[in-house]
Amino acid sequence: MSWINLNALWKIVVFGLIAGAGLPALFAGGLYSLSLGPKRVRAAGADGGADSDVLVGGSVIGMVLAALALLIILAAIGWGIYEIYQIGHPPVKK
Amino acid sequence: MLVLVVITALAFDFTNGFHDTGNAMATSIATGALGPRVAVGISGLLNFVGAFLSLAVAATIASGLVDTSEVTLTVVAAGLAGGIIWNLVTWLFGIPSSSSHALIGGVIGSTMAAAGGSAVLWHGLVSKVVIPAVLSPVIAALVAAVGTWSLYRISRSMTAGARSHGFRIGQIGSACMVSLAHGTNDAQKTMGVITLALIANGTLAKGSNAPFWVILCCALAISIGTYVGGWRVIRTLGKGLVEIESPQGMAAESASAAVILLSSSFGYSLSTTHVATGSIIGTGLGKKGAEVRWNVAGRMATAWIFTLPSAAIVGAAAYGLAHGVGGTIGVIIDLIVLAALSGLIYWRSRGSKVDHKNVNVEWPDGAPEKVPAETAAA
Repeated sequence: MSWINLNALWKIVVFGLIAGAGLPALFAGGLYSLSLGPKRVRAAGADGGADSDVLVGGSVIGMVLAALALLIILAAIGWGIYEIYQIGHPPVKK
Repeated sequence: MLVLVVITALAFDFTNGFHDTGNAMATSIATGALGPRVAVGISGLLNFVGAFLSLAVAATIASGLVDTSEVTLTVVAAGLAGGIIWNLVTWLFGIPSSSSHALIGGVIGSTMAAAGGSAVLWHGLVSKVVIPAVLSPVIAALVAAVGTWSLYRISRSMTAGARSHGFRIGQIGSACMVSLAHGTNDAQKTMGVITLALIANGTLAKGSNAPFWVILCCALAISIGTYVGGWRVIRTLGKGLVEIESPQGMAAESASAAVILLSSSFGYSLSTTHVATGSIIGTGLGKKGAEVRWNVAGRMATAWIFTLPSAAIVGAAAYGLAHGVGGTIGVIIDLIVLAALSGLIYWRSRGSKVDHKNVNVEWPDGAPEKVPAETAAA
């Protein structure tokens, strides 16, 4: 009988950081690689850059990396939901 | 009597969904990433799905807080009445409060009035409700701060326009996860209470899980509540709040979703409001030059402390009334008082109608703010 379940606490902090901060960071990385390439330069040149909202830069490697990042994120979310479903449905205690 | 209790519980669930739509969807509606109707539709649907994800929190409420052998249907009804009344009153006055704590407080208050303090499982209450309530906003703030810092760091060489466009898309995803998490945590509170009522009635054995029809009803109630939408809250949050940039919005929502989902699966009954607030403070800490309004945060924290005991007092009073009159009639009188109060509060709030048509109209400059913007998240 402890007041704080330390085992749960560290898991919430660590997995919270991985999922809550790591996945958005991965998304940011994906956006960044997506924006690489010639179109970005052209868009930046046309109107000074700051107001451009062109997302796709046109670099093939960039697009592949972005797609990879997105896939990892979706897979992580799917796996997380599956785990929570497993934990959340314990066998009924008699 | 059981039917009355279940209906009251579902009504609580409905208002719960209704209040909290804004927590997930307000920023996405405000930035135009999603149309208002579409946003509440998606949110409602995901709340429905989320309700089926886990039963851990329902188990905490059903058997971890009070001694189920001391609980009668009257106790549950009075507890619910306490929770709803405290919830609606605080909503009317714009005092931020957690619907979860209102519900738990109400149930504990009525249990104490009925059977004394020994019927409350204090250890369960402190370790599964009070300590998580203190820790969860801190953890959420930490996660959101790290997230915000890394998002700005990684995307710093992108043009400002492309960055805000890209993260608006990301926000749709993270807002959806918050809706899912909300269903997982909040719908379960009502499932827990209905299960408690069923145990009290002898329909279910002690320590049972929520039966399927209970899960289904709760999922429906919370998702319909979400779909109807708390436009008033959405408008205040999305338009009245100091503008959060889309990377911050995404970081805050991801942090909230992760913390709520993880805690739910350990059976901690968190307040989505507390976590969302912690996350928003965190995004302020993680971005250089952004300031956190600590005085607002302090006011909110004060209100959080008062919610549990206040709802407990209302719950105890409701039990006193129902028990004083006695039997089913007593519960019915409780519910009539409850309905009258709800009607009054609804009538008071009709003065300025907010719906999906005018939710995004510009916030008029210098208009008297009814409540401090951040505190409307309750």
